[in-house]
Amino acid sequence: MLHQLTLAEVARGLADKQFSAEELTRALLSRIEQLDPQLNSFISVTADQAIAQAKAADQRRANGEAGALLGAPIAHKDLFCTKGVRTSCGSKILDNFVSPYDATVVERLAAAGAVSLGKLNMDEFAMGSANESSHYGAVKNPWDTSRVPGGSSGGSAAAVAARLIPAATGTDTGGSIRQPAALTNLTGIKPTYGRVSRWGMIAYASSLDQAGPLARTAEDCALMLGAMAGFDPKDSTCVDQPLDDYLAALGKPLAGLRIGLPKEYFGAGLDSRIADAVLAVVEQLKQLGAQVKDISLPNMQHAIPAYYVIAPAEASSNLSRFDGVRYGYRCENPRDLQDLYKRSRAEGFGAEVKRRIMVGTYALSAGYYDAYYLKAQKIRRLIKNDFVSAFADIDVILGPTTPNPAWKLGTKNDDPVAQYLEDIYTITANLAGIPGLSMPAGFVDGLPVGVQLLAPYFQEGRLLNVAHQYQQVTDWHKQAPAGF
Amino acid sequence: MQWETVIGLEIHAQLATQSKIFSGSATTFGAEPNTQASLIDLAMPGTLPVLNAEAVRMACQFGLAINAEIAERNVFARKNYFYPDLPKGYQTSQMDHPIVGKGFLDITLEDGTVKRVGITRAHLEEDAGKSLHEDFHGMSGIDLNRAGTPLLEIVSEPDIRSAKEAVAYVKAIHALVRYLGICDGNMAEGSLRCDCNVSVRPKGQAEFGTRAEIKNVNSFRFIEKAINHEVQRQIELIEDGGKVVQETRLYDPNKDETRSMRSKEEANDYRYFPCPDLLPVVIERSFLEELRAGLPELPDQKRERFESQYGLSAYDASVLSASREMADYFEQVQGICADAKLAANWVMGELSSLLNKDGLEIEQSPVSAEQLGGMILRIKDNTISGKIAKMVFEAMAAGEGSADEIIEKKGLKQVTDTGAIDKMLDEVLAANAEQVEQYRASDEAKRGKMFGFFVGQAMKASKGKANPGQVNELLKKKLEG
Repeated sequence: MLHQLTLAEVARGLADKQFSAEELTRALLSRIEQLDPQLNSFISVTADQAIAQAKAADQRRANGEAGALLGAPIAHKDLFCTKGVRTSCGSKILDNFVSPYDATVVERLAAAGAVSLGKLNMDEFAMGSANESSHYGAVKNPWDTSRVPGGSSGGSAAAVAARLIPAATGTDTGGSIRQPAALTNLTGIKPTYGRVSRWGMIAYASSLDQAGPLARTAEDCALMLGAMAGFDPKDSTCVDQPLDDYLAALGKPLAGLRIGLPKEYFGAGLDSRIADAVLAVVEQLKQLGAQVKDISLPNMQHAIPAYYVIAPAEASSNLSRFDGVRYGYRCENPRDLQDLYKRSRAEGFGAEVKRRIMVGTYALSAGYYDAYYLKAQKIRRLIKNDFVSAFADIDVILGPTTPNPAWKLGTKNDDPVAQYLEDIYTITANLAGIPGLSMPAGFVDGLPVGVQLLAPYFQEGRLLNVAHQYQQVTDWHKQAPAGF
Repeated sequence: MQWETVIGLEIHAQLATQSKIFSGSATTFGAEPNTQASLIDLAMPGTLPVLNAEAVRMACQFGLAINAEIAERNVFARKNYFYPDLPKGYQTSQMDHPIVGKGFLDITLEDGTVKRVGITRAHLEEDAGKSLHEDFHGMSGIDLNRAGTPLLEIVSEPDIRSAKEAVAYVKAIHALVRYLGICDGNMAEGSLRCDCNVSVRPKGQAEFGTRAEIKNVNSFRFIEKAINHEVQRQIELIEDGGKVVQETRLYDPNKDETRSMRSKEEANDYRYFPCPDLLPVVIERSFLEELRAGLPELPDQKRERFESQYGLSAYDASVLSASREMADYFEQVQGICADAKLAANWVMGELSSLLNKDGLEIEQSPVSAEQLGGMILRIKDNTISGKIAKMVFEAMAAGEGSADEIIEKKGLKQVTDTGAIDKMLDEVLAANAEQVEQYRASDEAKRGKMFGFFVGQAMKASKGKANPGQVNELLKKKLEG
């Protein structure tokens, strides 16, 4: 069955001419048509374009071209701009927006020959941890369709977990790749800030946003990230540093690997069954030769308040361009300019987006700036320093990705703070800018559990290496949700 | 009561870069609306700014020219407000860490005294687009060609004490940015715009009065008029028992008045914060040293050199160094005729009035520096008199060729042949025998007055061509004789 193949297996199958890219694409398109109504993971399916791209990939291969992603089916989170295709960012305000250009990530994957099947659902403007804030409706978790898939890359996670596509792009501002990966039994990596170009990624919080892949295995993530990452002169925050060979890094044995377990990751609020699953991973890695050490990240307790000042502050400014003047939603019959602004934005944005714009506007206001924004930036520096000193004598940090498994749809919407707390373990990596990865680590009541690995700047290869070695001796990541 | 005026100026100079400050779009003025607006200028979702290195270089040149501190790091910040011609909903500007810190500029006032005006800072920012309210049937048109054009905002200390000083300061900045080649200085096209912060206080009082800001005054003349009007308004207001309120006012040149635009209470809270899409800009010392070494001669240096090298007065030197083109023209004329005083007199006199009359810039002058220099040479070698020279100058302005060609063609060559002059004078004296009698009968004082009459008659008879020196000399001999 073609849909069960991982990206690496697809690559081998295409190379060995077991099937063509077109056959594979058609098979997955019909699977999406058949199964996605249960999940709502796609906002747009671009079938015609996908078939054309698949044919072109087959032609390139016939002309002698090779490449792991040549003809590989993927899909993009709907905040990556795709030329000629609606790019909604999960919002009513961009429901009619057809991007005139491609994001760098989209362009690079297309150049590598990847076939895009469409645009994936997400929390509106990537604000959320449950994928319930989308204008296009909530996404369901394939492991239990009465539960959330996590967010904000919930469509990416659900589509890959349900085997509708082998891999997808996502973005991670506070955990939006790692948390949904954990809740849907996937591997997902948030690279170092600056590793992947943000050109064409609709900004939520510019200093925290970073693109990365979600897939079933670390090897697939390595394939995707290798194509997505690298310097781009169009993004001033993108770092001009040579790209590691992520595939080559996978095979390194783990003997001598030094793992740090931060005590703050195992405190109150963590489901004890998740703690048990994480410690089982640690045991497994010890058997592979790793050494384990207890560490402390003392400023972690301040991460959520700091994040919920910085991210909304940047968002309040980033989202100002959605004003009904040049593109996107405009209210009917505006009386004057003020009315145009107020109603276009009031009618175009959803509740969570408005909440964060309000919080961010407040935090930046005269008289409050020092107490909120500046203080949050100081905390950010302390958190970064915590990691730098921790990494002085360890190689990776390990802990749970989330405190709880996937929760029931609709249960945390009335209490935004409860939902914000679900990001407690992932947010620090964004504040510090370091890379983080989540990988499958077992199940609690039939729901997936994720373990998170963090590494120093630009050590994506090390994260993928640890996850890959773990996946060589375990089969959590091979488990598929019933019915998919 | 005696009042003192306190003025601080904010000048926005558009930098003469080829492309915009954060995008690759061209910055040419006057293109069809929205033909110079890229994805970035339109603030398309997902687009990002990349800083134009040329704008940074130009700002640093300005900083060096005003002896300013240039910090190792400067930071772009977002100034948030909604307006249709501001596509991102924020202007990318600089707040806490401007590229150019404290500096100063010396300005020469009309009486020749030199005054030092402090410059608080100068920072880089992007210009907004334009809202067009006519021809759209109740709607507004937005032209984003100008959006993203690099601006250098130059903020002065409140060191200026009169409208005339303000104009002298703006002229000095205008000259400086044009010398540096970083701004074309075209005020009519908005390349250089000025906001004036004006307050008054009783003479001798240390604290400043409450200020009003007059926005966008776009000519030297309007700056002077707007400030004078605003000073008068504030003084009258206070003397009538009122209070100046802090507000933004607009100058209306048609009515010659300022009117309130918005008060401090209505002012936006811009919610400045560092722009997360741009990294702090690091300025290397070696880069600054390289720039410093490549700076052109600046107005002040040129003025001093004109005084010492050519012996010009302070006033002449400052007028001639006010623009790079004027100074170059003068030096070219001087180079040809080797007479700085004559060159200065002709450039500041006949040439300037000709240009003023036709509203021309010196680079559009119908009389080239070669032509003028060539003509002055003919004055110096006595081929023509100063009086004939004015005729030659007019003919050159009318496009009739070089001084030599005109002198030749029109037969304007000065008569220096003593015999011919002698003969001509005899005829003049014979025709005015009565006056000659009177002259000879008069005392020394009266003779002095009458002498001019004979000179005038002689020049008239020679159609101005007789060498005036020789006429004087011979005439004296003949009358005394």
